[in-house]
Amino acid sequence: MNAAAVQTVIEPAPVVVMPEHAVWLAAGRDLRLGLRSRAELVQALMFLVIVVSLFPLAVGPESALLKRIASGVVWVAALLSVLLTLPRMFAADFVDGTLEQLVMSPYPLPLIAAGKMLAHWLMSGLPLTLIAPLLGLQFGLEANELVVLVASLMLGTPILSMIGAIGAALTLGVRGGSILMALLVLPLYVPVLIFGSGAVEQAMTSLDYSANLSLLGAGLLLGALVIPFAVASALRISLD
Amino acid sequence: MTLSATGLTLSRGPRQLFAGLSFTLMPGHALVLRGANGSGKTTLLRVLAGLTVADGGDLRWNGERWTALCASQRVASLYLGHTNALKDELSAAENLAENLAFDGVKVADSLQRQCLDSMGLADRQHLPARRLSQGQKRRVGLARLALARKPLWLLDEPTNALDAEGVALFSTVVAGHLQHGGMACIATHLPLALAAPVHELVLGEVPG
Repeated sequence: MNAAAVQTVIEPAPVVVMPEHAVWLAAGRDLRLGLRSRAELVQALMFLVIVVSLFPLAVGPESALLKRIASGVVWVAALLSVLLTLPRMFAADFVDGTLEQLVMSPYPLPLIAAGKMLAHWLMSGLPLTLIAPLLGLQFGLEANELVVLVASLMLGTPILSMIGAIGAALTLGVRGGSILMALLVLPLYVPVLIFGSGAVEQAMTSLDYSANLSLLGAGLLLGALVIPFAVASALRISLD
Repeated sequence: MTLSATGLTLSRGPRQLFAGLSFTLMPGHALVLRGANGSGKTTLLRVLAGLTVADGGDLRWNGERWTALCASQRVASLYLGHTNALKDELSAAENLAENLAFDGVKVADSLQRQCLDSMGLADRQHLPARRLSQGQKRRVGLARLALARKPLWLLDEPTNALDAEGVALFSTVVAGHLQHGGMACIATHLPLALAAPVHELVLGEVPG
C-alpha cells in the first residue's frame, strides 16, 4: 500500500470553528439525509391527510358540524403527524454513532441541536402547514379562516418540533421509547393545541384572534431561546 | 502538550472498573489499553473523550482541567468508537466530508479524495455507505483520523474488521500522527508495531 500517499496527507489542517455555522451545518446535513429518504416525508403527510379525511366519514356529512370541528381536527392530526416523525430526529444518529460525534464536535451542541430542530420543522411542520388550506377547504372553512389556520400552524408547528426534540432526546436508547416519548410530549403539546385551534375558532366567530397568535409567537421565541440548551443537556445525559 | 489523569475512579453498579488510575501522556507517545472484555477499556476512552463522567479524579490537558465535554476537550480530541459514525444514505466521500466539517477542519476535496484513494477506497468513494463492508467503513474512519489533525486520538478497537493490509495502513497513519507530535490512546487486543514510545495500561487488575 502506498504509505507515502498517507504520509503526505498528514499535514496540519487548522481547526476552523465559527459557532454560528453549526446551525446551518446540522440543518444542511439533516435536510440532505431527509431528501435521500423522501418516502418518510411523504408518509407523514399522507398520514395527516388520511386522519383528517376520516372525520367526515365518521361524523357524517353535516357541513355545519364539520366546519365547527375543522380547526380542532386539523390541529390534532398535525400534532400526531409531527409526533410520528420525531424519532427520526436523533434515533438514527444514536444508533450509527454519529450522535456521539456531534456531541464531541467543537461546535456548540445547542446550536447543532437548533439546526436539527430547524431541519425537522422544514421537513414536517412546514409541508404540513402548506397543505393545511386544502384540508380546511374540505371542511368548508372560509378564506379568512384558512389564513388564520395557516398562520397558527406556521407559528405553532416549530414549537411542536422543539418540544418534541426534548422528548426524543430524553428517550434515546430506552426500550419502548417511542410510546414513552408520546406520553412525555403530548401533554406538553396541549397549550400549543389550545392556542392554535382557538385562534381559528375565534376567527370563525368573528372574534379577535390576534391574542392567540401573539401567544404562539411568544412561545416560539421563548422556545427558540431556551429549548436548544435543554435538548443539548438531554443528549449529553442520554449518551453517558 | 500533555494529557494527565490523576486518580480516575469509576464504578458501574457494584463493579469498580478502575480506581485511582493515573497516567501522563506526552506528545509522540501512545497509550495502549489492554484488558479482558468488560474490563473498562471502552469506558476509560469515553471518560477521556468526555462522553462519560468519572466518579472521581482529574483530567488535565496542558494543566487545564477538563470538565466533561468542555470546549478544549472537544477541540483537542477525536474519538472513534465501535460504530463508524457513517450515515448509510451518504457515500463514503460525503460521509468523510460531513464528518470533517463537524470536526471543524477545512480539507480540500482533492485531498479528501487522495486520502480515500490511499485507504484503498478509490473505486468505492461514491457508493452509499450501507454497501461498504465493515472493513471499508473502518477505512473511511481512518481517512478522517488522518485528515482531522486532532492532537489526541482516542481509538476503541480501531483494527476491528480490518484485514492485514488495513492494519498496516492503520499503523502507518498512527505512526505518522505520533511522529508529528500527536498522542493516541488505543484500546486493542492486537500487538501494535509502532516505532514510537508505547506505554501499556492493563485494566481489570483492581482488587474488589
